[in-house]
Amino acid sequence: MSSVLYDAQGPRAKRRNVVLTVVFLVAVAALLWWVFRTLKDKGQLEWALWEPFVHTEAWSTYIWPGLQNTLKAAALAVIIALPLGAVLGIARLSDHAWVRVPAAVVVEFFRSIPVLVLMIFGLALFAEYTNVSSDDRPLYAVVTGLVLYNASVLAEIVRAGILALPKGQSEAAMAIGLRKGQLMRLILLPQSVTAMLPAIVSQLVVIVKDTALGGAVLTYTELLAAAGTMSGYYGGNIIQSFTVVSVIFIALNFALTSFASWLERRLRQAKKSTGAVVGANGAEIAGTTGTGAGGTV
Amino acid sequence: MFDFLKDYDLLGAFWTTVQLAVLSAVGSLIWGTLLAAMRVGPVPLMRAFGTAYVNIVRNIPLTVIILFTSLGLNQTLGVSLGANDVETINFRLAVLGLILYTSSFVCEALRSGINTVPVGQAEAARAIGLSFNQVLGLVVLPQAFRSSVVPLANVLIALIKNTTVAAAIGVAEAAVLMKEMIENEAQLLLISAIIAFGFVVLTLPTGLILGWVGKKVAVKR
Repeated sequence: MSSVLYDAQGPRAKRRNVVLTVVFLVAVAALLWWVFRTLKDKGQLEWALWEPFVHTEAWSTYIWPGLQNTLKAAALAVIIALPLGAVLGIARLSDHAWVRVPAAVVVEFFRSIPVLVLMIFGLALFAEYTNVSSDDRPLYAVVTGLVLYNASVLAEIVRAGILALPKGQSEAAMAIGLRKGQLMRLILLPQSVTAMLPAIVSQLVVIVKDTALGGAVLTYTELLAAAGTMSGYYGGNIIQSFTVVSVIFIALNFALTSFASWLERRLRQAKKSTGAVVGANGAEIAGTTGTGAGGTV
Repeated sequence: MFDFLKDYDLLGAFWTTVQLAVLSAVGSLIWGTLLAAMRVGPVPLMRAFGTAYVNIVRNIPLTVIILFTSLGLNQTLGVSLGANDVETINFRLAVLGLILYTSSFVCEALRSGINTVPVGQAEAARAIGLSFNQVLGLVVLPQAFRSSVVPLANVLIALIKNTTVAAAIGVAEAAVLMKEMIENEAQLLLISAIIAFGFVVLTLPTGLILGWVGKKVAVKR
């Protein structure tokens, strides 16, 4: 696609590209050199600060339990949010205004509020009105915040998935005499589930990233919080701990993102399907009146 | 019932939220546009850099980036961004973190806009002898910006909500105030409703207005 913007390069363009490459290389090298110098001056490249990560202790005491909690919160959130989102999404497509309008209000409301605000609300809610022990409260609050927000995002994805199906599907179903419930259950939902898989997987990335809020603000002991405790224990190797944790987050999310775009490509090429796909930014397709954030931010 | 509110600077907190959002929006629009230009440009090294930047940055949680600007850049490496007092330093660090993170999404929104410009436009521009800079600057980007309004609006709304992450390094914005009020007052539902209402007021009109603008300016094809 990039070749659309410029011609096959002649001698002048090639020369200019070489000059640009060199200039850019020098700029990047200067930046890297500055980073290197600063790190070195502050003694951040000392092996002692990096050494803990080649031993199993750091991994088994801090990183692995933290990662487990991150995955636990994300998994719980998606398991609860999926059916909730499906119900809300289908409700938004209802023929009855008394079902459609409240569902739309709920979805648009929770989509326009920051997850962190929902989490803080959840924490106080569990403290005040339930007897969940104070150890479990951060997990409950993180999952509550994630569920409220992501159920409404998933609702938009479900709506987009159903709307993306060709009209002929529901027309044919009605022509053979299916009722509305049967049409949704037997014809539309099964086909739209495959169509929205890529969007759901890339929403998982958002969920995994948002669990880190629980660590920073709600004292939930996930991966980021583990980095904090770990750097305290190993004599303040903040930069090193954050580097390791970031690499783990990048690897995890990059795998999910790649999986999502592989699914999307596959579904677009598949001959058997209807060809309806809700891509990574799927929620935007349906959001004609919506306010909301695209799925991936 | 609303008496307790006069002990708190509610408008001040939301003003900080707005400042964070506006400054980061301007910064990430500039840096994101540069990144997008690199990603579609003819120089392989710049393309590789743009792709690597986007893939790395958008897969790190914003919370990690913002905490790192404070704990890593400021407290360990002594970067203070030209400010002296802690409050200003943290504010500027939060803006820096938000810009670094959001620009990768701005880049992707612009790139999706570039993809909507038909091949014939760029081919015609090249046929009359325009250079790469001219093709991009005069023909492709003006059209791409117009069809990127809606995805960019979604990024802006996400950015407004993401400013709350600055709470992680104690920037006194709406989420910090919410936490403080909940701790001191026994008015959980009312406080949450007020803060939620504030964000609805910020994000809902943004979405509606920019959605309308997006439809208005989109190139009809």
